[in-house]
Amino acid sequence: MHEVTVTVNGAQHRRTVESRMLLSDFLRHDLLLAGTHVGCEHGVCGACTVIFDGVAVRSCLMLAAQADGHAIMTVEGLAADRDHLHPLQEAMRDCHGLQCGYCTPGILMTMKCFLDETPAPDEAQIREALSGNLCRCTGYQHIVDAMMLAAERLRS
Amino acid sequence: MTTRNFGAPITRNEDARLLSGQALFVDDVELPGMLHAAFLRSNVAHARIRSIDVAAARTRPGVVAVYTAADLGAYWVPGPLLVPPPPIAGITFNQRTQVPLAKDKVRHVGEPLAVVLADSRYVAEDALADIGVELDPLPAVVDLEKALNDTGARVHEDVRGNIAAHVRQCRGNYATARSRAEHLVARRFLYDHGASSPIETRGIVANWDGRANQLTIWDTTQAPVFLRNGLAGMLGLSERQVRVIAPFVGGGFGPKIMLFYPEEVVIPWVAMKHNRPVKWIEDRLEHFFATTQERGQTHDAEMALSRDGQILGIKDTFLHDTGAYNPYGLTVPINSQCTLLGPYVVPHYDSTFTAVFTNKPIVTPYRGAGRQHGVFVIERLLDLAARELGIDRAEIRRKNFIPADAFPYNNEIIYQDFTALEYDSGNYEPILDKALGMIDYRKFLAEEQPQLRAQGRNVGIGIACYVEGTGIGPYEGAKVQVQANGKVSVATGIGTQGQGHFTSFAQIAADQVGVDVRDVDVVTGDTDQFYWGAGTFASRGAVVAGNAVNEAAKVVRQKILRLAAEHFECAEEDLEIADGAVSVVGVPGQSVKLGALALKANPMRGAVRPGTEPGLESTQYFGPPRGATASGVHAMIVEVDSQTFMLKVLKYVVVHDCGTIINPLILAGQIHGGVAQGIGNAFYEHLVFDDQGQLLNASLADYLLPSALEVPRMDIAHTVTASPLNPLGIKGAGEAGAIPVGPLFAQAIEDALGLADQKIELLEIPLSPNRLFELTTKPR
Repeated sequence: MHEVTVTVNGAQHRRTVESRMLLSDFLRHDLLLAGTHVGCEHGVCGACTVIFDGVAVRSCLMLAAQADGHAIMTVEGLAADRDHLHPLQEAMRDCHGLQCGYCTPGILMTMKCFLDETPAPDEAQIREALSGNLCRCTGYQHIVDAMMLAAERLRS
Repeated sequence: MTTRNFGAPITRNEDARLLSGQALFVDDVELPGMLHAAFLRSNVAHARIRSIDVAAARTRPGVVAVYTAADLGAYWVPGPLLVPPPPIAGITFNQRTQVPLAKDKVRHVGEPLAVVLADSRYVAEDALADIGVELDPLPAVVDLEKALNDTGARVHEDVRGNIAAHVRQCRGNYATARSRAEHLVARRFLYDHGASSPIETRGIVANWDGRANQLTIWDTTQAPVFLRNGLAGMLGLSERQVRVIAPFVGGGFGPKIMLFYPEEVVIPWVAMKHNRPVKWIEDRLEHFFATTQERGQTHDAEMALSRDGQILGIKDTFLHDTGAYNPYGLTVPINSQCTLLGPYVVPHYDSTFTAVFTNKPIVTPYRGAGRQHGVFVIERLLDLAARELGIDRAEIRRKNFIPADAFPYNNEIIYQDFTALEYDSGNYEPILDKALGMIDYRKFLAEEQPQLRAQGRNVGIGIACYVEGTGIGPYEGAKVQVQANGKVSVATGIGTQGQGHFTSFAQIAADQVGVDVRDVDVVTGDTDQFYWGAGTFASRGAVVAGNAVNEAAKVVRQKILRLAAEHFECAEEDLEIADGAVSVVGVPGQSVKLGALALKANPMRGAVRPGTEPGLESTQYFGPPRGATASGVHAMIVEVDSQTFMLKVLKYVVVHDCGTIINPLILAGQIHGGVAQGIGNAFYEHLVFDDQGQLLNASLADYLLPSALEVPRMDIAHTVTASPLNPLGIKGAGEAGAIPVGPLFAQAIEDALGLADQKIELLEIPLSPNRLFELTTKPR
């Protein structure tokens, strides 16, 4: 068993976890931050993506014990408060960039990191950045549109 | 009405919750004292079960119980037949349905043998390794043609030749057509579909509240009402004691309409037995075996034509892989048989299929539901005929279209909804013309392709047509109610897996009741909110439930006007409803809010007139006489690398006619997603089974779902031919995008690589770089 202290969306949590506890399960079922979704548990689909010390990672491929002393952002921490959406979320809504919404939290976290690094992307760059997140509903076109719109709004 | 919401590209009511991580999916349900289940599954496709020893597993710390089929007693029964065979004369149908836990025999890899309940999923999975299983493997039935040869193994001992069904449907007399034919095209076609692979796998949570005598189930189902009814019957409860909630569901695409999966039968039973909530969530490996899929058909088809390319008739004989059991009846192969006819006049048709049991996972509808297979056959036959007769590919299609003045058009065979395959309305030439214009077909063939070829680039064009029977019965219902806070509540029995019902149904109700679309709260998939219904399948949600919402909202509108007329002591004709209030036209200040009227409609004291119904509420039902037929044309320009056979889609065009449009934004999303799945099916996804029935690529690293790099940008346009079968004039659109992509890819790749000159034909789906290499380098 391991003592872990982890900061998630600005709040500090202290828990005791088994060595094998996945970070995705820890976030969802111990911290009850169920916005992070699990799609494949083998690191392909990207639904469980969270931002770990500023880097987008797959939380199904990490252990909770590895998060000790680190800072994580999940989809619940993206917007400034519960009454507002982040510009990325707004653009996804405005462009109909989600259908069932299950892959959406992972896509938001991946693209948050990408747009932080690449504030003026073209479509090819967006598609490349998005290619590690599988969406079975949208065919990606409206997600790409949303990211172009979000990038534009974030720049101005 | 001030604003009309119907037809407007309104953003979705449900998105804020989904985008902020606040929407409830099944695995988000956390209950005190909840147990977690894991299933032990067969690792071979076909075997006799000699013994299952669970003693060691039961003693592992943290394990609460382990059950096998023997423990289920009288609760162990095969599942019901969900869809009986349609009334077609002379058919054979052998019903063999799945069981809760395998007893005596296993019939496909992944069939469950035992269930472990433990304090955590981690411990439950540990205990699976403690279970000792002795299986005597049997030869696996994998190949369809060999399966029919009754000297080999049988999936079900009492079913000779592994024949699940045999169906022949005819129109006219094909022999006559053949005798008059000036040209015949006959080929063998293989079409394999795949795994629907929603990003959310299946899952179920069951909670028995012994004090309330109430069972609550959260399930990733597309059919909550029938799940409730069936489970109540199995568990000896009345329907009112069972509440099924299909909360937000992370994609379905068909396999979540399958009912009474083994886990859905076992988990509620163990929850009641232990008086504790129990959760089971399917993992991705399980999804490849334990969730139904769609697979292959082998068609031997022949088309008889006149010299100028008129279709005289078609004869088709095909084998259909139904997997180890056939709980969904004949829906998939009947769809193949019917949809093969497409938008064309086929005066003589002779189609026979044999559905075959195999030692593979169960086949039930997956987006398109067998329609792809049929469309592939006729579209490829037309391509081949065009080439052999020297006719343009687009023109041979135009020449054979059902004329616009021929509707309703009866194909004289029986469809999946048990009624005649009659197209309600359609107008196909404008769709083709629009698609040809958008892809610039003539210019590409005359100028661009020769220029690009001269530069050594392998570019080709494809064009494919299809129809889709949508919006079938039996019925759906809706309850519309004005709340005291002025908001409008809409409840319907179907479930939602991303189709935008929280918005499209709100648009329909908002227009009738005169409120803002944001003030309409839609509830789907909760049997305590709406009691009746069939489910979300066959591109029918918007058509059938949407019209029920409209009918209920119309009655509520009448109730609002009647009550307001009493309130103002005026005629109903002098009133208008807008912005959540009723006003007397031309009398400023004479206005009452809908919420105030709702309160007035439910008086606390005093007397009401006999026959008065409280509230501003109505429940109405809608059932169409038959399905509404949507149609479309896809066109594509593709470039293929002749060394690697990787391809790049340079342009993709969809022109689609699904009747009147509720929300063009949502509709575009449905089409984009359908095309993406069609592309996966055509070129990337392939379920590879070995001769022992083992799936060799059961992971998302090996079963390739298309990413943002494989799915191209699409240009979409619509034509509108309203359906006369429902008051809103709509036709379904959920599956359309996925249907014609296979033949489109085959045609465009043949064109790009100039395969006709090499006498190479692409008669199978899926294709892939590897497969193209094999087909183009085979010894000839």
